[in-house]
Amino acid sequence: MSNSNFTRRGMLKTSAIAGAGFAAPTIFTASSAAAYTNEPTGSSVTLGFNVPQSGPYADEGADELRAYELAVEHLNGGGDGGMMNTFSSKELTGNGILGKKVEYVTGDTQTKSDAARASAKSMIEKDGAVMITGGSSSGVAIAVQGLCQEAGVIFMAGLTHSNDTTGKDKKANGFRHFFNGYMSAAALAPVLEARYGNDRNAYHLTADYTWGWTQEESIAAATEAMGWNTVNKVRTPLASTDFSSYIAPVLNSGADVLVLNHYGGNMVNSLTNAVQFGLREKVINNKNFEIVVPLFSRLMARGAGENVKGILGSTNWHWSLQDEASKAFVKSFGTKYGFPPSQAAHTVYCQTLLYADAAQRAGTFNPCGIAEALEGYEFDGLGNGKTLYRADDHQCFKDVLVVRGKENPTSEFDLLEVVEVTPVDQVMYAPDHPMFAGGALGTCNPGA
Amino acid sequence: MDAILLQILNGLDKGSAYALIALGLTLIFGTLGVVNFAHGALFMVGAFVAVTVQRLFNWSFETVDPTKTDFLGNPAKVKTPYVESWFGPEVGAAMIDWSVPLAILFAIPIMIVVGFVMERGLIKHFYKRPHADQILVTFGLAIVVQEIVKAYYGANPIPTPAPDVFKGSFDFGPLLGLDTSLAYPYWRLVYFGFSAAIIGAVFAFLQFTTFGLVVRAGMADRETVGLLGINIDKKFTIMFGIAAAVAGLAGVMYAPINSPNYHMGMDFLVLSFVVVVVGGMGSLPGAVLAGFMLGILESIASMNVIKELIPGIDQIIIYVVAILILLTRPRGLMGRKGVMED
Repeated sequence: MSNSNFTRRGMLKTSAIAGAGFAAPTIFTASSAAAYTNEPTGSSVTLGFNVPQSGPYADEGADELRAYELAVEHLNGGGDGGMMNTFSSKELTGNGILGKKVEYVTGDTQTKSDAARASAKSMIEKDGAVMITGGSSSGVAIAVQGLCQEAGVIFMAGLTHSNDTTGKDKKANGFRHFFNGYMSAAALAPVLEARYGNDRNAYHLTADYTWGWTQEESIAAATEAMGWNTVNKVRTPLASTDFSSYIAPVLNSGADVLVLNHYGGNMVNSLTNAVQFGLREKVINNKNFEIVVPLFSRLMARGAGENVKGILGSTNWHWSLQDEASKAFVKSFGTKYGFPPSQAAHTVYCQTLLYADAAQRAGTFNPCGIAEALEGYEFDGLGNGKTLYRADDHQCFKDVLVVRGKENPTSEFDLLEVVEVTPVDQVMYAPDHPMFAGGALGTCNPGA
Repeated sequence: MDAILLQILNGLDKGSAYALIALGLTLIFGTLGVVNFAHGALFMVGAFVAVTVQRLFNWSFETVDPTKTDFLGNPAKVKTPYVESWFGPEVGAAMIDWSVPLAILFAIPIMIVVGFVMERGLIKHFYKRPHADQILVTFGLAIVVQEIVKAYYGANPIPTPAPDVFKGSFDFGPLLGLDTSLAYPYWRLVYFGFSAAIIGAVFAFLQFTTFGLVVRAGMADRETVGLLGINIDKKFTIMFGIAAAVAGLAGVMYAPINSPNYHMGMDFLVLSFVVVVVGGMGSLPGAVLAGFMLGILESIASMNVIKELIPGIDQIIIYVVAILILLTRPRGLMGRKGVMED
């Protein structure tokens, strides 16, 4: 996709710039030529989309890739412009980023930290990617974020929900648009209290890795604060497929709520098992037994089929939202692909626009310039209402959706309904909150 | 006490799946002398036969309903399954509801053909090669099959529900005179019964038919049977087809327990191998016994009381037991002398 249209004006411009470069003192050119990693010198800029194209989250990865392609199309002036038309910043005009045409390379994370690091490294070193984005796992996000910090490129995280990504493992070059375990818990707790009362006994089943731990800690703290008692917290191996031996003891534990801190295949199987064991028909302590899935994803909900009906959880974004930005995105994505976008697709589309906009405002692709433009940046019109990219930890703060499995879906996409939009103030926390403590943002690394 | 009972019940259906897969593995190993790492893939293919049958029954034509709109605001398309328009709404709906049990009818011929093709097309060429080569080629085959399934069906699990009548669970508590509940899902009971029937059928087939007699003789001494003028290779190919069908049926019936995904075969394969080794290489009753035993032990080890005593025990119990048994009985529980011992 190289641009080979030589024009007289182009030649003059290039010669003028080259001439100016040669004329400048050597010490100045030396530093400016290697100002930062993969400084784009031609007429295009390369972004690196690092998504799971194989492995258990390949479907999320495929949806992320669709959204990235859509974002690139919009940035280069194609399509209907999608959320570029609703975005509060009007810096992006469909002329690429800083006048450079946006191109991209892709890598396969396989949802394995080492594979994800290798593919990111290859995109940075071989393909000259100036930014890495994507992913569908916190383990991967933390690993790739660390790599990008060392390599001196910006990392725009995809789907990652562990507190640690912008907590103890935060990095100056990394930015997260997606919400996190603490926010899910803060948004869910009041809804749980309103529906299930404040005298409940909760039993946790938790995927045994970084995301599961922080999710469990967050939701247990939030529910205990409103008077719930935590009966037990059981860690389940990530590789588990049959959860019956973990579900069965719940029945006689005295618990009347089961919290499934599971995602992906784990969530589908544990929820299916719980429903098979008749948990939802049980009446314990004179209360209906309830199941809670703190992090819902529509793509995953589809795998659990009918079992998600009536179950409460939270999500970053849902296609049924009726604000102008969400409608524009759903229209743009739906027209191109024939089905509505997932929350993973939404978050990576936003991340791409936010990166492009930050570069545009900073006037450079230098990671430090972009980081500065993103830090403390407030924006609107990307589907989540007013949003802040907090400077202290590079976490986005926006409204959180509490959703419930829909009882009477009208289509195969209509699986979740939004129960409440929790305002951002309710999910806000201090940067030094104990659940996010440890680790330091450090300083931005431009690399080179 | 009731907690232990519940975990034993739990172990039974997990053990059923292990036993069925291990039974097929042992059959292939005993007859053909091949260590078949693609056997888990056959289990997975079986589950996807159930998925495919469910999709075939749900295959629909679309009519535009102007009163409804889709997510983009265009007039919605309403889907009507062909089976409902061909056989009437009631029969059609019942067929869709019972798609998993009906898939058994499709799975048997499909799996036998898949088994034949695998054996004649690839594995046959590796009979004289070392076991390491056989493991590599069958493992590679398993990955290829997995990727093909993923390419068509995607990576996410696909819900494949059991018929409505099997929804819910049965409470063993009152039956056993306990005052606590001891709920167990109906479909898992069906699965256990189904596995027992299949295992019984395979044993009866080998024990009471001439074909079975020849196969058993061939397992004991292949050369002598050949010298008697019997084409043992042909019989063994048929046994491969039967072993594939057993794994496939185990997969079909497992589909409602956990939504099938492309990786489910691998999850079972490694454990099934441990089951075969613990049971004794080449011993069919050993495979079944070890399958149930390890299934139950795995369930008991995931009890909170035990997990608190030894954290992580639920993940390693099977291997610990395998090591203990192999240390005390190197040929496994019911292993015969001379198998895999040159």
